[in-house]
Amino acid sequence: MRGIEITITVLILSAIFGYLFAFIAGLCRLSTNPILRGFTSFYVEIFRGTSLIVQLFWLYYAIPMLFGIDLGSNLLAGVLAISLNYGAYMSEIVRGSILAVSKGQSEAATALNMSRFQRMRLVIFPQAVRMMLPEFGNYLIQMLKATSLVSLIGMHDILYHGNILRSSDLSAAPTVYLLILVFYFIMALPLIFLTRKGEAISKKGVASQ
Amino acid sequence: MSESVVTKEHSQDTQTENKDVIVSYKNITKSFGDVEVLKGINLDIKPAEKVALIGPSGSGKTTIIRMLMTLEQPTSGEIIVDGKNLWHMEKNGDLVPANEKHLREVRGDIGMVFQHFNLFPHMTILENCMTAPIHVQKEDKASAKERSIEMLKKVGLGDKLDNYPSQLSGGQKQRVAMARALVMRPKIMLFDEVTSALDPELVGEVLEVIRDIAKEGEMAMVLVTHEMEFALDIADRVIFLDNGVIAEEGTPSEVLEHSDNERLQQFLHRFRS
Repeated sequence: MRGIEITITVLILSAIFGYLFAFIAGLCRLSTNPILRGFTSFYVEIFRGTSLIVQLFWLYYAIPMLFGIDLGSNLLAGVLAISLNYGAYMSEIVRGSILAVSKGQSEAATALNMSRFQRMRLVIFPQAVRMMLPEFGNYLIQMLKATSLVSLIGMHDILYHGNILRSSDLSAAPTVYLLILVFYFIMALPLIFLTRKGEAISKKGVASQ
Repeated sequence: MSESVVTKEHSQDTQTENKDVIVSYKNITKSFGDVEVLKGINLDIKPAEKVALIGPSGSGKTTIIRMLMTLEQPTSGEIIVDGKNLWHMEKNGDLVPANEKHLREVRGDIGMVFQHFNLFPHMTILENCMTAPIHVQKEDKASAKERSIEMLKKVGLGDKLDNYPSQLSGGQKQRVAMARALVMRPKIMLFDEVTSALDPELVGEVLEVIRDIAKEGEMAMVLVTHEMEFALDIADRVIFLDNGVIAEEGTPSEVLEHSDNERLQQFLHRFRS
């Protein structure tokens, strides 16, 4: 079936930018600067509190009309919508994991005369990332499924090709949609495996008293 | 902290401090919310002196050493470390609250061992020891590694270098924590109830290491402890804290055997029964 390469491209790009946004927003929400904190809270709540499909339509149809900013391609709009949305969710994981590293770790690092930045880089962050891995895996699987939405802004992903097939032969609908389900599941398998792996890694090497 | 800015005279006063004192607490108070935990502590510690802090729980023993390690900020008063004001620095002739750079300069000679070890779980035993010398003291990697191995051998863990903390017993973890603090070559070592979280049969091996360190002599040591026999054995001075003040101090035998302070007697009685 065609369209798999589109689905995978959107997934990979969304994942990269999603994690990037998650780290940036998560760290900003822990910042001591109230303006930075306020701005990121605003971003997170807006993107968590509204529908992904509507965000997608905003980026693809509404924003170019209102502000004359053309995102150039539906790929960019799709990736941006998915990664901004999931980045908002995952920023909470980043923030929560950093806060969950036991206070004793930071105190021990202070006792070794590390600076604030060294404490974060050498002690807190490596442990927090281990805690993030299983949840990050879960969201990766969710992102895979969310990529199907890009068919709505005219991208030729699996779902789009499925719909084309179905419209040429309406009686084929059950077979076509079953096939699409199977394809998504097959693509999700390595991600499920990755998530398990993440869980195993995160089990060792974190102190949270 | 409203009373953070104090007069300059105070600071010059401390610059001409007696050279025989490495740490000096001057009228330190500390409140947590409405609770005043320390009500004016004055305490001088000499280089290489071994001081044991004892007292009922909640008497503020741990808070005293945590303030010296910069983990807790005093509500008022000054702490002078090696002639330098720890919590305040001079700026345009005024004393202002210390920034991180100043804290790092002054606390560099202080090391601490914690009740719950606080080893870094994502690093091997060896990495736990060599990370700070490399990143904080900018020592070259080979020499930091060599000194760390040497120190771990000294605490009896030379065969565990590549193990992770989760693979060790409590007593072994605490010995790693001591090695980690010692490779930083502190002039002052703080021990915060380091045997309290250990199974009784593991206490001995940890006290043994502390005894060895104490014998070498050159470091000042402040121990918050419930091990009275041990305090009697290695301390030069025992301080009994009660209700946020120093209620009794003196040599171990003066305090633990010959004091007639009633609260102290009650406290010791509970330990011996």
